[in-house]
Amino acid sequence: MLLRYPDAQRMNHWIIALLFFGAGLSGLAFFHPSLFFLSNLFGGGPWARILHPYMGLLMVLAFAVLALQLWKENRWTATDTQWVRQSGEMLAGDKSHLPPAGKYNAGQKGIFWLMVVCLAVLLVTGFMFWHAWFPEGNILMRRVAVLLHAAAATGLVLGVIVHIYAAIWVKGSVRAMTRGTVTEAWARHNHPLWYKEMKERPRA
Amino acid sequence: MSSLQSLDIAKRSATTTPSPDARRQVIEVAKLIDVSSCIGCKACQVACMQWNDLRDEVGHNVGVYDNPADLSPQSWTVMRFSEVEVQQDRLEWLIRKDGCMHCEDPGCLKSCPAPGAIIKYQNGIVDFISEHCIGCGNCVTGCPFDVPRISKADNKAYKCSLCSDRVGVGLEPACVKACPTGAIRFGSKEDMHEFAAERIVDLKERGYDNAGVYDPQGVGGTHVMYVLQHADQPELYHGLPKDPKISPLVSLWKGAAKPLAVAAMIGAAVAGFFHYMKVGPIESGHDNPDEDEELADERARSAAHAQGDSAGGTSPRTDRTTDPTTGPRG
Repeated sequence: MLLRYPDAQRMNHWIIALLFFGAGLSGLAFFHPSLFFLSNLFGGGPWARILHPYMGLLMVLAFAVLALQLWKENRWTATDTQWVRQSGEMLAGDKSHLPPAGKYNAGQKGIFWLMVVCLAVLLVTGFMFWHAWFPEGNILMRRVAVLLHAAAATGLVLGVIVHIYAAIWVKGSVRAMTRGTVTEAWARHNHPLWYKEMKERPRA
Repeated sequence: MSSLQSLDIAKRSATTTPSPDARRQVIEVAKLIDVSSCIGCKACQVACMQWNDLRDEVGHNVGVYDNPADLSPQSWTVMRFSEVEVQQDRLEWLIRKDGCMHCEDPGCLKSCPAPGAIIKYQNGIVDFISEHCIGCGNCVTGCPFDVPRISKADNKAYKCSLCSDRVGVGLEPACVKACPTGAIRFGSKEDMHEFAAERIVDLKERGYDNAGVYDPQGVGGTHVMYVLQHADQPELYHGLPKDPKISPLVSLWKGAAKPLAVAAMIGAAVAGFFHYMKVGPIESGHDNPDEDEELADERARSAAHAQGDSAGGTSPRTDRTTDPTTGPRG
């Protein structure tokens, strides 16, 4: 068995996940009338409106900690570009031409940076119309902010859908976040370069 | 205001199905404010306070006649005083009664996420149903006239209701009732246009060649209209917008973006489901540890715990490779 995520990173991941669902479901309630019923999960419209920015802010802070720990392993390389070129075949079920991945493959890196960008936009634009704490400000600024906030939220939700689906699709992955360890076969199959690195590293 | 006229609803915020629509013979109303007849006495402000039982804080003189200085949750109408020289050396004092314009296509209602918090009645009045308001401030973002104000006390949005409660029982709005010069009139929108036309003829005779009525079509027309001496330059009247319309940013946000984003989210989830059903999972052959591995993993975990590594460490470099003899057989 190989350790992929130590306890603290896993707990932080799940804090982010819970806050994502809190902020996401309350945000969707305001985004489309057909989803307004979701505000009932938070005690009604006014409570959803009150809680949403706090959950969102905490989510961004927790994510920032995770991102600081993981960004180096998510730097883009030429191999990743090659990986993306082959990803159509991979989605069709043929992984044979895929260049070997390190700890993260290009798809995971793409999702990581998508989340970084979306959360940064959500944070900055969210402050621009959080009138409980910040002055109401210029109306044109608010209009730009709400539109970017909605666009970034959509990007984040789509990213999370892909993220969750990938975890379900690639068997043995969920365990990395629930127990922290993965089997060596999983690592060799899905992240051969990382597997090699782990085996060559002097044991603690 | 509260909703007492549930059969007279033309538009309802954050609602995707038709509202009660049994009554169709309702006449569209309008308030006509003749700026050229206004003497700036503020009786309309007082009447608004009295009828709606609102008391704004006593403010300070900031060097202009505007008092209070701006619309607020307690002041739903404010006289705006502008000193302009359209012709050189000919000072004009333009006094505009500011407040909700009651747009035919209300930007506040389009932006509001709370079902039924903003209502447009068949007669054209746009009303905030305060008990449904969630206090998000989207109406402020959506309004082309910068009218709604959020109360810091209760986080509800407030603005002129065109005295929908009075109009609903056949009375004119309180400001109309109180105006001593007849500068504010109220009636059917058609009648108000006729009256405005008479006023414009009169103003043109007096040399105001550009006199006209302000009923901006960019928002579908309004149910509060002005007679302006200089209708070609509405900006003179304390920045009354020349061609107000719902901002394209707001239209995109509460128009195309809504169904597209929801469709994309649902589409992504459904696509994932079908992808799995078609392609199936990616398996390495030994994705889940067998009992021996699990046991070794647990031992390694408690060993690490005993070594004081219990916090788990933040470094992914912490190696917890278990006994190689129980390695995978995938």
